[in-house]
Amino acid sequence: MDAFHLAQVNTARLRAPMEDPMIAGFAEGLALMNALADRSPGFVWRLEGENADGTFSRPVDPSRIYTLSVWESPEHLRAFAYQSEHLDYLRRRREWFHPNGQDAALALWWIPAGTIPTLDEGIERLERLRSVGPSAEAFTFRQTFPAPRITANGQDEVIAGSTAAPDGSARQRFAWR
Amino acid sequence: MTTPEGLRDLDAVNSLADPVRRRAYEVVAAGAGPIGRDDVAEALGAGRTLAAFHLDKLVAAGLLEVSYARRSGRTGPGAGRPAKLYRAVAAERAVSVPPRAYRTAAELLAEALELAGAEETLYEVARRHGSGGPPSADVTETLTARGYAPVPEPERIVLGNCPFHRLAEQFPPLICGMNLAMITGLLEGAGHDGEWTARMDAAPGRCCVTICKT
Repeated sequence: MDAFHLAQVNTARLRAPMEDPMIAGFAEGLALMNALADRSPGFVWRLEGENADGTFSRPVDPSRIYTLSVWESPEHLRAFAYQSEHLDYLRRRREWFHPNGQDAALALWWIPAGTIPTLDEGIERLERLRSVGPSAEAFTFRQTFPAPRITANGQDEVIAGSTAAPDGSARQRFAWR
Repeated sequence: MTTPEGLRDLDAVNSLADPVRRRAYEVVAAGAGPIGRDDVAEALGAGRTLAAFHLDKLVAAGLLEVSYARRSGRTGPGAGRPAKLYRAVAAERAVSVPPRAYRTAAELLAEALELAGAEETLYEVARRHGSGGPPSADVTETLTARGYAPVPEPERIVLGNCPFHRLAEQFPPLICGMNLAMITGLLEGAGHDGEWTARMDAAPGRCCVTICKT
């Protein structure tokens, strides 16, 4: 098994409360899309959410919902998100959600296999992506970063792959937490 | 065009100057899957030695790639030698004189459209643009004329080529939604919309839109 899995957090602001008829198309599709994710190759875990519909929100802004999930690789997540029925669901997102503007809507990062991310961690990654741009700690499909490799002399420290920086600069070191 | 990458693209495109070789490329690129030299030779009306010569030149130019498979589905001793099969390389070649950067412009526009949430406007524009073509009796002709490489199946038409591939990979919902709207307009403008309906039907290795019998 791979040492690292890919975590993803996704966020959007609803145009109306989840119960509103305007949002019906989104609400009705959730169960189907969750079931599709659960049986997709490479799916590892997802946050079930308060309503067991896979979405989550915080009291500060109930209209902003999040999804959080873990996949074996970016290729597996990409196949689910963009090469399945889910793509048509995404295509209709403007019927249900406000535009994100300069805020990050999606953030990806690597986690040690066997661990799961928290929503707070996901929100931190979105914030990091928005403030400093793509990095190995928070990236998007437009610029992915390879999974870290565990060094021979330490389990708690990892080194990002040699292609971590698009400009070919030196390897980047970072430690978890 | 003066960059090393630009020169490689120029060499690759230059290898299509020979009309027979260009036709061989078109035959392979239009196929639904990898294709053997015998099928290419038949389509060209040429001998298989000549077809193989042109196919291997296209491989050397980086426009085609080779795979091997037993076409009969048999395996083990007695199944015969695997056939050499050809398919088009996904990488794109572009030569522009003088140099132009429309791809960069397209990426910036796509990103801005997403940030602004102007998807519905894009879909309206795409549909109108698609419907501007001439009427046509044949739906595959209509689609071929727009670069889609239609492959008819019993109940639907699959499109082997995505004309927006690079951009669609970066902005899937936006660009695939634009494409769906454009094909919908195309079917309406050419008078096929009574018989055919475009729908989003994403799958790897082909256009995310398929056209179904209405």
